[in-house]
Amino acid sequence: MKFDVDKDGYYGNFGGAYIPEMLYPNVEELRLNYLEVINSSSFKEEFDSLLTHYVGRPTPLYLANRLSEFYKTSIYLKREDLCHTGAHKVNNTIGQIILAKRLGKQKIIAETGAGQHGVATATVCALMGMECFVYMGEIDIERQKPNVERMRLLGATVVPAKSGSKTLKDATNEAMRHWISHPSNTHYIIGSVVGPHPYPDMVTRFQSVISKEIKIQLREQTSSEIPDYVVACVGGGSNAAGAFYHYLDDESVKLIAVEAAGKGNETGQSAATTVLGKAGVLHGSKTLLMQTEDGQVTEPYSISAGLDYPGIGPIHAHLFETGRVTFESVKDDEAMIAGMQLCKLEGIIPAIESAHALAILDKVKFKKEDVVVLNLSGRGDKDLDTYINWKENSI
Amino acid sequence: MNRINKLFKEREGDILSVYFTAGYPQLDDTLKIAKSLEEAGADLIEIGMPFSDPVADGPTIQESNKKALDNGMSIKVLFDQLKELRKEVSMPVILMGYINPILQYGVEQFCESCKAVGVDGLIIPDLPIAEYLKTHKTVFDKYDLKNVFLVTPQTSVERILTIDQHSDSFIYMVSSAGTTGAKTAFSEENTKYFKRINNMGLANPTLIGFGISNSETFQQAAHYSRGAIIGSAFIKLLATSKERDSISEFVKEIRGKMQDKRQKK
Repeated sequence: MKFDVDKDGYYGNFGGAYIPEMLYPNVEELRLNYLEVINSSSFKEEFDSLLTHYVGRPTPLYLANRLSEFYKTSIYLKREDLCHTGAHKVNNTIGQIILAKRLGKQKIIAETGAGQHGVATATVCALMGMECFVYMGEIDIERQKPNVERMRLLGATVVPAKSGSKTLKDATNEAMRHWISHPSNTHYIIGSVVGPHPYPDMVTRFQSVISKEIKIQLREQTSSEIPDYVVACVGGGSNAAGAFYHYLDDESVKLIAVEAAGKGNETGQSAATTVLGKAGVLHGSKTLLMQTEDGQVTEPYSISAGLDYPGIGPIHAHLFETGRVTFESVKDDEAMIAGMQLCKLEGIIPAIESAHALAILDKVKFKKEDVVVLNLSGRGDKDLDTYINWKENSI
Repeated sequence: MNRINKLFKEREGDILSVYFTAGYPQLDDTLKIAKSLEEAGADLIEIGMPFSDPVADGPTIQESNKKALDNGMSIKVLFDQLKELRKEVSMPVILMGYINPILQYGVEQFCESCKAVGVDGLIIPDLPIAEYLKTHKTVFDKYDLKNVFLVTPQTSVERILTIDQHSDSFIYMVSSAGTTGAKTAFSEENTKYFKRINNMGLANPTLIGFGISNSETFQQAAHYSRGAIIGSAFIKLLATSKERDSISEFVKEIRGKMQDKRQKK
């Protein structure tokens, strides 16, 4: 495929494995083994079986009638919000834990921002009986109490990241430091299409089940597997990578990635990396990165905790640079309005991350005959407080 | 001849390299500390360029990076401070830091500035050898900057040989699996690994770093290599005092009994 990673781990100008020597053996072990393991028939069998019977896949592709009527086009929602644990994140953690087991690892570490990836990791660790440490910024631990409790209930140890800005990027730093100190028996389950090669490719492959299903379901429902648009939100970019993957080579499908513009791209409180970032290196890969002129990584802002990462996966940096994917950005308020609209029109409470994708329905001019597939990456139960507070403050 | 090569040519052992973060504890301390270290008898210094996300570093150096950035340190400011470097300091100087700030400064411009102020080498922990060879080696060579690579107890023999082949100064032996930070003693496992590398007959000399904190660990390290690198333990000292006398006392204490042996050589 045209947009697949090359043999050196690059997507065009982005990617690679910028890691300290201490991590080299771990990452090299993965690089040498991941394709053979995940392409083996016994892996596929176990992965597919768990996705079906444990995660609840395939998730529905649902023609949202009232939403379609409102925007005068055909909108299909890919219901990743119906996955076990409430978001697409679990597709990746299932894949990686089977891989970790097959590589003989005993312990799992992960980073988490809002806690969704942490919960998805704690879940699969419980499922497989593996010890689990989740690194989470001290500030996020306070902001996301229910997910912290979920992880603990599932048996994981939540380790507060107290360094730097005490949020997602620092949790990632701490997880990497833990991995440096425990090189041989530990696997690091990165939660998005970020990190050193082969992580971006590996996570993309696990999430690509989303577009694989969309194709089948769309053919069943519309007699063509080809939509006019696929829309997804981007923080690190794992749900978007999964939703776009099987359409990347078909240029007739317009792909739209939606970033979080926070309070506005000109306010200094945004997470829209393609607007505000430039090429740089963080967490093991070269990608677009929000940073100061001196190359210090800056702290992004979004009302959605799952979108406030200062970079994007290298695959997305490449898709942006080549123009294959159109990047839009959506402000807090626009996302909240779109999220509430979905509640009222369709009886679905979306995660605020996914609400960012919904908000572009109001910005892009679709034709009546267009088929628009929107990846509803997660459900909004975790965001109730944010919805309620926003509603109260905006009246 | 590059000052690093000269040092290793002239000195058989007990080389003491000291790391400190530029702009820590105060912004304009960089050159003063370098000078005090030379007077105190350090042989080589590594000046850290602070970064917002230093993944290979433990809490002490992380904290010093954060403080230095808060103080306003940047590569630009650092080169300004180092303009007078060669008037004050004659020992070899290495800059150590993560790749992103260097990329933003511009790699060629960075190397040019290094050469202009008299920097001899670089340690960039998140620039692996493959990327170095592919993209940066030519430029580093053009400005006679020696790139120092790390090896760890997990590094394979094959990879150590590759690193040795592409090094032309010394190899930085990371003492054990972990981030930077002080230890009080080395285990048998550590010394076994030191011996193993020693017996490989590498073309480049080695210095041992990570976990050197006192005279005992320094002596152990110097026994198995040409010397050792001290970082976190020195940063801890700077947190309490950066006076010339305390820096001199610190270096003397680290060298311990070795002081005499060194002077005889």
